[in-house]
Amino acid sequence: MKQKVTNQTRRKVLIGGATVASTPLWLNVANAQADTIKIGFPVPLTGPFSAEAQDQVKAAELAIKEFNDAGGFNGRKAELLVRDDKLNPGEAATRTLELIEKDKVNYVVGSLSAATQLSINAVCKERKILFNSISQSDAINEAKDWSVYTFHEALNPTMTAGALARYSIPRFGKKIVFLTADYAYGHEMVRAFERAGKEMGATTLADIRHPLGASDYSAFLPRIKALNPDILVLCNFGRDLVNAAKQCTDFGLKSSMKIMAPVLLYTARLAGGPEAFEGIIGGTSYYWGLEDRIPTAKAFNDAFRKMYNGSVPSDYGALGYAGVKSVLASVKIAKSTETMKVVTAMENLKYDWYKGPEYYRKCDHQAVQTVIIVESKSKNMKDKYDVFNILTIEPTTEKNMRSCAELGHKA
Amino acid sequence: MTGLTFELLCMQLLTGIALGSIYALLALGLCLIFGMLNVVNFAHGAFFMVGAFLGIYFLGVTGNFWFSLLLTPILTGCLGLLTERFLVRPLYGRGIDYPLLLTFGLSYVLIEVMRVTFGIEGLPSVTPEGLGGTVNVGIGYFPKYRLFLIAATAVIIFGVWFFIQKTRYGLIIKAGAADQEIVKVLGVDIAKVWLLVFALGCAIAGLSGILAAPTRSVNPEMGIPILAESFVVTVVGGMGSPVGAVLAGLLVGIVYSMTSLFFPSLSELSIFVLMAVVLLIRPQGLFGKAGAMG
Repeated sequence: MKQKVTNQTRRKVLIGGATVASTPLWLNVANAQADTIKIGFPVPLTGPFSAEAQDQVKAAELAIKEFNDAGGFNGRKAELLVRDDKLNPGEAATRTLELIEKDKVNYVVGSLSAATQLSINAVCKERKILFNSISQSDAINEAKDWSVYTFHEALNPTMTAGALARYSIPRFGKKIVFLTADYAYGHEMVRAFERAGKEMGATTLADIRHPLGASDYSAFLPRIKALNPDILVLCNFGRDLVNAAKQCTDFGLKSSMKIMAPVLLYTARLAGGPEAFEGIIGGTSYYWGLEDRIPTAKAFNDAFRKMYNGSVPSDYGALGYAGVKSVLASVKIAKSTETMKVVTAMENLKYDWYKGPEYYRKCDHQAVQTVIIVESKSKNMKDKYDVFNILTIEPTTEKNMRSCAELGHKA
Repeated sequence: MTGLTFELLCMQLLTGIALGSIYALLALGLCLIFGMLNVVNFAHGAFFMVGAFLGIYFLGVTGNFWFSLLLTPILTGCLGLLTERFLVRPLYGRGIDYPLLLTFGLSYVLIEVMRVTFGIEGLPSVTPEGLGGTVNVGIGYFPKYRLFLIAATAVIIFGVWFFIQKTRYGLIIKAGAADQEIVKVLGVDIAKVWLLVFALGCAIAGLSGILAAPTRSVNPEMGIPILAESFVVTVVGGMGSPVGAVLAGLLVGIVYSMTSLFFPSLSELSIFVLMAVVLLIRPQGLFGKAGAMG
């Protein structure tokens, strides 16, 4: 029995010794946890939008780095906790809950789809955590889903499709055909384009709904050709847009109509190539080419280039940057990390992080910002990043957004 | 429906045939593998995807579409050889589930390999020189490449038919599909035949991939919906019947195309409705033998 006692004693000494030895480590960890400002970042790292999501992460990390390099807030640094929501609303909700309950994040920035946005927002609303959404959605501004903790950094379909309609209908004609992805976001784009078009006397010849994620659009194209519209609006996103653009080009549609997309992604254009997208115009929240005319764009691009080997940020990437930067700037202004104080600071924030002056509208916290209309080019490309010509920049104005009353907010 | 003209219907039909050609090729490959080896190749879509990637890659490197068209099926065929020899063969005799699960897992592996090699966005595909643009086919303008696609598929299907029906090797394959034991008794190394057939099936899948690549975006997930559609075609045509595979492929393409004209949002659903109807009326498929499954 002496053997057993010796073993037990040795075990106790070992455990006690390890505990004592690691105490400084615990104190450090505890200190660090109390100190860092944590921002949860759920985005679809896997799935069809992974390229855009990864760009968002890169740009967000840049914003964190800039904040930390400038000294942070009272010496406290910021930290980005990236999670993969797999483009699935259930998964997004679970990840967000984990971020809030287990990782104790102070704020959440993220999402890259209308559905995941709403589910993340629901969780943050319930837990009273500030959420700055960085992807398009019309629904999130509406009173029934919104809460005082909800902020919307990205554009919404009303703004992008509206700007595109206002630019193109006077130039190309009034007969419109839509090729629409059959889900909420697709329908929102159609509705927004029609809303702006109505004021200019445009008519919808057809709204052709295709299944989301369809790879072959050839079946829809003969009919579109037969309808002979002035304008064909591709109301889909990402890979769907790439396939549609390619096949429209193959079928020779460009010779008889002007093709456009309310959301023309930089990443989609790179994936589809110059030929498929040649001549297609679209709306976007950001294009690096703005640096010629906007100083903050140049500063942002240069910082991104420095951190990431000469590559430039994409449109959605820039939203990741702005989303995080706004939250951290508001923390500094509020001189506190307490949620309601940061919310108030953010409501009154006037900022210019990368594309010119912006602010958040009081009733729905929508970032009021410019919409850039670009045209894809295939000739005269200076380098592999030079893919768009900027046609026009629609100025910042609340007139082009749905009014607070329309969204259900009490004035 | 306004504007419904005879020309439009014909164009839609032609579009359906172009679409169906890819389905027909893929289903033919699946059918060969199932008919001969009793293996349901769940990695078929992945081989299609690999073929598309390799094809576009070599097109980019050499600038020669015909060379890529020749090289790609050889490469995917070799990949098929390795798969059969080292992965599928050890599982023979254990029933239909094991190879099915194995090929299912293989498809995941292939997708990841492609993601790592070529990136998650995939490759921008281009229409080969000389095959771009549209051609006036009398009823309207149709993309030249899709006409090429229909023609190429017809040639390939004829080639496979000729090989199976008119050559000695084809005879051995047919015999092996009918009765393995007797073929073994007659002194033919059946293992070599299996190897060849599996490789041939995968080569055809790769060939469909490179042929389809210029019509759509080439990304690692492109094989997944195609696989589902290929199985629909195989079920409609009858598992194990090459004639059924080809005709069902064209039928499915046409059904999809015509539904898109009248009820666009139901187009993907339509092929599954077709499958359900065929299963209810004739469970073995249009050309299958009764009791062919299991």
